Amino acid sequence: MQVAITVNGVLHERDVDPRTLLVHFLREELDLTGTKIGCDTSQCGACTVHLDGKVLKSCTLLAVQADGAEITTIEGLAENGQHHPMQTAFWENHGLQCGYCTPGMIMASAAFVRDNPGASEGEIRHYLEGNICRCTGYHNIVKAVKQVADAAAGS
Amino acid sequence: MSTRIFGSGIKRREDPRLITGEARYTDDIKLPGVLHMAVVRSPYAHANIVSIDSSAAQAMEGVVAVYTSEDIGDGLAGLPTAWLIPDSDLKTPEHPALAKGKVRYVGDGVAIVLADDRYRAQDAADAVVVEYEELPAVIDPEEAAGEGAPLIHDDVEGNIAFRWVMGDREASDAVFDAADVVVSERILQQRLLPTAMEPRSAMAQYNAATEELTLWCTSQNPHIHRFIISAVTGLNENKVRVIAPEVGGGFGSKIPCYPDEALVSWAAIKLGLPVKWTETRSENYLITIHGRDHVQHVEMAAGNDGALLGVRATVYAGMGGYLSTAAPGIPTILHGLLYVGPYTMGSVFCESIGVMTNGTPTDAYRGAGRPEATFLLERMVDNVARAIDMDPAELRRKNLIPAFEDGHEVATTLVYDSGDYPVAFEKALDMAGYGDFREQQAAARAESRYLGIGVTAYTEMCGLGPSQVAGAVGFQGGLWESATVRVTPTGKVQALIGASPHGQGSETTLAQIIADELGFPVDDIEVIHGDTTETPMGWGTYGSRTTPVTGAALAQASRKLKDKARVLAAHLMEANVDDIEYADGSFSVKGSPDQAQSIQDVALMAHLAWNMPEGMDPGFEESQFYDPPNFVYPFGTHIAIVEVDAETGVIDLQRYIAVDDCGPQINPEIVAGQIHGGVVQGIAQALCEGVIYDENGQLLTGTMQDYCMPKADMFPNFELGETVTPSPHHPVGVKGVGETGTIASTPTVYNAVLDALAPLGVQQIDMPLTSAKVWSAIQDARS
Ligand code: FES
Ligand code: FES
Repeated sequence: MQVAITVNGVLHERDVDPRTLLVHFLREELDLTGTKIGCDTSQCGACTVHLDGKVLKSCTLLAVQADGAEITTIEGLAENGQHHPMQTAFWENHGLQCGYCTPGMIMASAAFVRDNPGASEGEIRHYLEGNICRCTGYHNIVKAVKQVADAAAGS
Repeated sequence: MSTRIFGSGIKRREDPRLITGEARYTDDIKLPGVLHMAVVRSPYAHANIVSIDSSAAQAMEGVVAVYTSEDIGDGLAGLPTAWLIPDSDLKTPEHPALAKGKVRYVGDGVAIVLADDRYRAQDAADAVVVEYEELPAVIDPEEAAGEGAPLIHDDVEGNIAFRWVMGDREASDAVFDAADVVVSERILQQRLLPTAMEPRSAMAQYNAATEELTLWCTSQNPHIHRFIISAVTGLNENKVRVIAPEVGGGFGSKIPCYPDEALVSWAAIKLGLPVKWTETRSENYLITIHGRDHVQHVEMAAGNDGALLGVRATVYAGMGGYLSTAAPGIPTILHGLLYVGPYTMGSVFCESIGVMTNGTPTDAYRGAGRPEATFLLERMVDNVARAIDMDPAELRRKNLIPAFEDGHEVATTLVYDSGDYPVAFEKALDMAGYGDFREQQAAARAESRYLGIGVTAYTEMCGLGPSQVAGAVGFQGGLWESATVRVTPTGKVQALIGASPHGQGSETTLAQIIADELGFPVDDIEVIHGDTTETPMGWGTYGSRTTPVTGAALAQASRKLKDKARVLAAHLMEANVDDIEYADGSFSVKGSPDQAQSIQDVALMAHLAWNMPEGMDPGFEESQFYDPPNFVYPFGTHIAIVEVDAETGVIDLQRYIAVDDCGPQINPEIVAGQIHGGVVQGIAQALCEGVIYDENGQLLTGTMQDYCMPKADMFPNFELGETVTPSPHHPVGVKGVGETGTIASTPTVYNAVLDALAPLGVQQIDMPLTSAKVWSAIQDARS
């Protein structure tokens, strides 16, 4: 089936097997391998991207369902060569170790803070339930997200 | 005064590629024309294979080949077990890459399909028709070792793979017979799923002209993978290149060499095309090693005055359907030798029985044997406290080994390197406000609110380890590390290491060591790892050994370079070597500070070699093999405070305090991260994680939906403290810290919950302490 999907500002027109998951389309067709796969039951959030500005686990959608959509992946989050504040905060706060959950964590947290500036630590922990990290114990991830949330509330 | 980068929590060098999605993990690497491998896996835990019909699969679109063990024939040798415990009557049953005639756990590979696309390979695997004759299965290790259990391997009588004894049974009997108090408990160390967030993956490419095989795979130890892949394929080791690119966590599960890595290698050689395999999470839960799985019968002897006299245990350790790479070493050497902990306890005895079962093979999972030891010890100390009606913190305080700086031998024959347990202990108690807590607890109880506190004092053995010891305990390898510090003509550093970090931040930590030793800016140092062709030999990243062992190799290689630089600088400045002073990467002559040579100047001159001192070779590069003289022994005290809702069984973890001593901290932020992560993994074992099989050996916790992975909202912010006791034998004094969190936190939280439940009469609950189990235990105690 023909699809036309805009990813990180670039329009891609492709013929895809109708059963192709969006995450496989991104990774295999477009070679955007920053989006990860950590489970097969939509629990882990490693595959999180933005679809028309909303948070989406890209393993839960078929590529054909994303026809006409605008998608942002971790590769497209930085603007004008500058890290997104959430990327910076993860780096500064040691919010990652192996890095495998990180793209999904950053994508989910960036959208969350955009919609919830000033979110409390409890709200952040609750929100992050959909993203699993095995390395960090979440402590520094929460710290990073809180830093951006606080800054967003202040501005 | 020189400025030290050592001790500074600088940002990680690794992170720019990771936060932007630019890092390449194994499955991210693409090769043109690659075939995808899918594995047909047994749906039964124990069955004979009657027939395999792959004709329908062969005919499917995109399918290139389907192979069974018959097709492989002797093209692949069985996977070796590499830890052969001596004096244990060890049996190592054959572990073929694909099952031969019989399957022994759900997920055991039966056939492989190679196709041009991932989806098609899986479709075709589903179309392979295998007829099985189901056999009775056994999962519980104690049951599997008992009368009448189904026999899993014909050549492993009674399913007993080994029986390892530590200590003297009669001496132990004498201590226990004479003791005032003996407490006992049957402890279940449930099976756990390591769950590195990156699933395992392997891709192989073979060049028939050069006879070279390249294997990209999710490995914690590419040099060990090379060694084993060479052995099973028959290729010369110098023709095998193993590359562990970015690796997304391991926790032990990426140490072993699995059938899948062997199979992609074999198929790539056979077909002359690159072959890739990446497991799904469900597949990961079925086939990637599990951790723990002990049934322990434990006793502790004590005096009425609170003196701990001895501990002993009979351990049934489930090995699963095959003996994984390092499996026999985990419930033996890495377990029993920890039975003294930080206490002045004179008598230890352990009988550890490795039992084949129809579960997934087990092997090292973060802490590997040491969490299982620390848990039983701390559990029993709390039981003694209860039996003699002494406060558990007071009991521990009474029995802690006093401070020592350079070696302390304990009853297990280990010689601890250094420790000051009482200082860490009191610091943790202070941070927790232990004294006040007991009052709050009493007040809360009066209102039927159940608060509890758990205290764990621990020490552990890591930084594995002297190779001579490795040999003596049957480890089929050395445990040294090697490293090369190579400085380019323009004064930039490449540090090549044999170890293979996969999330620990070692590129940063190790660069800090070199920066501190040689005075190069830390940003001018690259740490290169993971490729057997580019890096010197090393045994891998596990056992909290990369900072202690590789770090030492790098420190010593750097010191050799510095010695050379000093001589060359003296020569260039026409001064006497003894008159050369060094500070912050610059050499100067005593008394004439305007005359100086930077380390970069010296490196350039060493490369140019225009003007070398007599007998000095050109170039600026040094290598070091470092074999540690002893293990390192980090230690500390962890405390948890919980509240249990007696009406629902729900546990609220309110505070978690961790005081750890890993010697001087190179990068305190990285150390803290290791502790946070380890603590969460350990707490999750106490509270929610656990593998469940049904009586037929079907894995009921086979997805992330069914297996309780710890989530962010289960935890408070952690309160960390530190003490600093350098290791006397290490060039920069550091100890490992990768596993302490997992080792200490499980008993801490478990004991806190049981402390909360004490007034309700609950004395024991098998882990994990889910609210349903806690609630039932309260009901049972009430009735
Ligand atoms: S891969 Fe999409 S949620 Fe896990
Ligand atoms: S950093 Fe490894 S899973 Fe989160």
